[in-house]
Amino acid sequence: MSEPLLSLSGVTKSFAGVHALVKGEIDLYSGEVTALIGENGAGKSTLVKILTGVHQADGGEIRMEGAPVRIGSADQAGRLGISAIHQEAVVFDDLSVAENIFVTDRPRKHGMVDWATMRERARVILDELDPRIDPRMPMRQLSVAQKHLVQIARALSNEARIVIMDEPTAALSHREVEELFTIVRRLKAEGRAILFISHKFEEVFDLADRYAVFRDGAAVGHGLIQDVSRDQLISLMVGRSVDQVFPKAAVPIGEELFRVDGLSRGEEFADISFALRRGEILGVYGLVGAGRSEVMQAIFGLTRADRGEINLEGRSLAIGSPEDAITSGIAYVPEDRQIQGGILRFPIASNIALPSLSHLSHRGFMRRSDERALAEDYVRELQIKTSGVSQRLEELSGGNQQKVVIGKWLATHPRVLIMDEPTKGIDVGAKTAVYRLMGEMVAKGLGIIMVSSELPEVMGMADRILVMRRGRLRATFTRAEATPESIVKAATDA
Amino acid sequence: MPKIPGIRRGMPHEVGLGLLTLLLLALVTTAFPRFLVIDNVKSLFDDTALLIMLAVGEMFVILTRGIDLSVAANAALTGMVVALFNAHYPGAGIVPVLVIAIVMGAALGLVNGLLVWRVRIPSIVVTLGTLSVYRGCVYLVSGGAWVNSGQMSPFFLSFVRVPILGVSVLSWIGILVAVLAWAYLRYAISGRNLYAAGNNPNAAAYAGIDVGRMQCLAFVLSGAIAGLAGYLWVARFAVAYTDVASGFELQVIAACVIGGVSITGGVGGVLGVVLGGLFLGIIKNALPVVGISPFFQMAVSGLVITIAVILNAGTYRKSHGRKILERSEATS
Amino acid sequence: MSTISSSVQAGTANGCGVTWRKLLRWETLLGLVVIADFILNTRLSSYFLDPWTLSDASFNFTERAIMALPMAFLIIAGEIDISVGSIIAMASVLMGLVAKAGFGTPLVCVTGLAVGFGAGCFNGLLVTVFRVPSIVATIGTLSLFRGIAYAIIGDGVLKSYAHNFAYFGQGYVWGPISFELVLFAVLAVLFGIVLHWTVIGRRIFAIGANPVAARLSGIRVDTYKFWIFVLLGTVSGLAAVLLTSRLGSTRPSIAMGWELEVITMVILGGISIDGGQGSILGVVLAALLIGLVTFGLSLLNVPGIVLAIVTGTLLIAVVAISSLIGYSGRRRRH
Repeated sequence: MSEPLLSLSGVTKSFAGVHALVKGEIDLYSGEVTALIGENGAGKSTLVKILTGVHQADGGEIRMEGAPVRIGSADQAGRLGISAIHQEAVVFDDLSVAENIFVTDRPRKHGMVDWATMRERARVILDELDPRIDPRMPMRQLSVAQKHLVQIARALSNEARIVIMDEPTAALSHREVEELFTIVRRLKAEGRAILFISHKFEEVFDLADRYAVFRDGAAVGHGLIQDVSRDQLISLMVGRSVDQVFPKAAVPIGEELFRVDGLSRGEEFADISFALRRGEILGVYGLVGAGRSEVMQAIFGLTRADRGEINLEGRSLAIGSPEDAITSGIAYVPEDRQIQGGILRFPIASNIALPSLSHLSHRGFMRRSDERALAEDYVRELQIKTSGVSQRLEELSGGNQQKVVIGKWLATHPRVLIMDEPTKGIDVGAKTAVYRLMGEMVAKGLGIIMVSSELPEVMGMADRILVMRRGRLRATFTRAEATPESIVKAATDA
Repeated sequence: MPKIPGIRRGMPHEVGLGLLTLLLLALVTTAFPRFLVIDNVKSLFDDTALLIMLAVGEMFVILTRGIDLSVAANAALTGMVVALFNAHYPGAGIVPVLVIAIVMGAALGLVNGLLVWRVRIPSIVVTLGTLSVYRGCVYLVSGGAWVNSGQMSPFFLSFVRVPILGVSVLSWIGILVAVLAWAYLRYAISGRNLYAAGNNPNAAAYAGIDVGRMQCLAFVLSGAIAGLAGYLWVARFAVAYTDVASGFELQVIAACVIGGVSITGGVGGVLGVVLGGLFLGIIKNALPVVGISPFFQMAVSGLVITIAVILNAGTYRKSHGRKILERSEATS
Repeated sequence: MSTISSSVQAGTANGCGVTWRKLLRWETLLGLVVIADFILNTRLSSYFLDPWTLSDASFNFTERAIMALPMAFLIIAGEIDISVGSIIAMASVLMGLVAKAGFGTPLVCVTGLAVGFGAGCFNGLLVTVFRVPSIVATIGTLSLFRGIAYAIIGDGVLKSYAHNFAYFGQGYVWGPISFELVLFAVLAVLFGIVLHWTVIGRRIFAIGANPVAARLSGIRVDTYKFWIFVLLGTVSGLAAVLLTSRLGSTRPSIAMGWELEVITMVILGGISIDGGQGSILGVVLAALLIGLVTFGLSLLNVPGIVLAIVTGTLLIAVVAISSLIGYSGRRRRH
């Protein structure tokens, strides 16, 4: 067994008394991909920030090729050959591709920026990755996958020996993921060490050679991928033997509740027709650009559809704004919790009350006691972990924030609840809680439309699955007839 | 949003604006050939040189997602100070005057910059404050008195008027500032970092660029240019008083906006600002020629600015979080 | 990037126990400064403590203070309007024309309000329909509106106002308490109630704190913003009535620079320029402070332009202090 290229032992880090890392340990080997797995809050992102010099460790040791090193700044990390690719492309949209690649180290001639050399060197690197990308193009014109490639190009230009990839596949289609993996394998072959952070087990088992699991700020397990099973990884992650079972209760499915006919909107989507029944969870699966969120936003009144009809309980609805949708009984739990879902700065009570203000008031004046009571009801019912309803939303964990958002919408007494990626970025424990909630809601006669990119979630929770591709409905499966292969086939090109 | 067909589709902003400016010029001169009289053209250059210089400085600040409302007050204060200096030391020569102007302007800009960078006050609040303070200081420093041409040394006044190749030094300085700014933004590392910092402060931090420091730098540059412009203004109009360039900051910002500098930061260039300044300058100079009473000028330029910002509105990149669909389009 | 630490201003919208305590920290600071300045002024000038002198002091700032109320709404909602001084000029000029044409005081007043209303609609349209960022839009209208005022009467003055018109700006309601002061007090209470106790106020805070989430919660963000612009415009029209009535004449240059003073009052009052936070009480105290300071200095014959230095420094100093305190008290989140 060769020596690790980079080795962390006993690394600790705290922020204002909160222990983000108590036992940060990991070994990265040249020519190997190590997967870093852990729930949210397990300390992964703190580890990455320490490795990239954004933060400095409080204690512990970092060794590179056996010798101790200090990573005091982003600059130093770069010089040590550590590069990171972030989940949301951290790039400059209005600068050129070439400049994005060399932003930390622009080629110079006589002290001035040498554009010609920059373009040439960018050209060379890009040819290896994706010859279609022209170094002179503004970043804005690239797809998300291509932006990731540019970040990789940046890492390569810095002759990175260690490449950290933080959930790089979040926004990529299957084909783009495959292309990315091909490049990762090439980086491996060139002797670099790759740290791959992902919560998608299929990818981990596909790509990684080794694994490291973190829980509550400490490293709890590591080893070779071939020696471990998925269930073992999960139990390391959550610290108990948990079957990631989706608590799908048997709920009687009633008559048709909600119907959409021929909904179309320009280039975004066309001829979308489906029905939702009482007690049903309808999964909507698809890849990037499939148009799922666009459809939901049109139903919710955020945008205007060109054509099509929406019916709720037999009545035709004219939805011109979110207000109309809410009054009609439709609620929308959006994908981005922090920007779309709630107001971080506001207390929990204000967040839960926000769409229901007119019911919590008397002649226009706010009834604060009613607001409080409502919030406390939902905190209790949804088991939201908080010190009180006046605690600000930003102080809660991701899972609890999502519960607040769900509570806010439940308070509007919707008939139809649209949930867009309901468990994104939430740890396994909270995920199960959300699924249980969904089950309780449909048991009460609601219908849920669940937009999701997580195949296990869709297959685990949905009664029927719609698959969208490029703005159109390609297939419908019932729970019984759905298989991962058939769903993915319908969702991808060819 | 209302778009002029052909001008916006795929064409860079500057090309469209350049064409519009030429069109405007053509219209005015065909209707009023008097416009092209040499004196008038020289006057046009001189006026716009000042506007363009200040707009270039303002551009630096807007690029880094800030705004500088104090540029005109800075110019007024520096102008008054160098005028007083000159009145007390008439034999000192032009070099000390220029040095004082630039250094003092830069210092005033540094005050803004430090308040934004270190104390973390939003630039609009800081420059709202310094706008009043600097303007008030002009009064304090001068005791409310004017400095007239009689108190200014010959070189002080003539320096800006010396014609080189038919164009006054003032205009040449304007051109020089624009060219230097262009070169700086294109070829200097810190110039490129200004763009990066304004375009995506988050990414810039990851790339090791200190965004706050870039903002401070932008203010210092803007201040230095404003200081220089202060001397030039006072010398050109041969008088220094409290209300010099009063309200001018708005024209400066308008020139930037028309020139394609995005108020959300990270977008814009010297060429656009120069064209924007020329555009406004032509309008301002054309009005008297066209026979519109000076009292209408403000209304007309206000109208032009309003129309220009409406047309520009399509180009504003919505700042993060304000565009509803932005997130989900990227990740679903 | 908030100048005022969220831990100081948090939960203004909610108003429940814990957060009121934090809220009052800013207002208490302001209140103390007001009292300190009051005492200072009494020491500096023997004329100060006279009720009629104080009443004169009130004339000085009430018009701007009245405008600061809807401006506070607008800034809390995340927008800004720097054309309000020009709206006053335009409204005043048109009022002057109406008065000159011989129409009575009621019509003159209605004209002022109507012009303000129209200007507010125009600004609102630019921002909500044409999607021009408000700072840029109002830079344009600032020139446009004042330009219109100049275009109409050029260099001249309009003076033909009826006698009874002078009541608004010069009249007293009871003893030394002026009509303007009473009007301000009434409006301050009204605005305060709306902002802090009604659904409308809650929605305004939400719009400023997070317009995306607000919209997704069914709040008609654009509609609210539009009407706040209109409200600000109309109140500017009201201020035009008061100011013109006080001066007894109209020049196109009146109220020059008022927008900056009004905004200073709002920001000094603790309203974050980023939106979503603040209180009317703070604005009232800030207006009071600025009014007292400037009046006190004018009693000492300090010229107006130097007062500007004081206002500017006060603004920066107060915001700087809050920012520095805020940062040491603020938890860093990652």
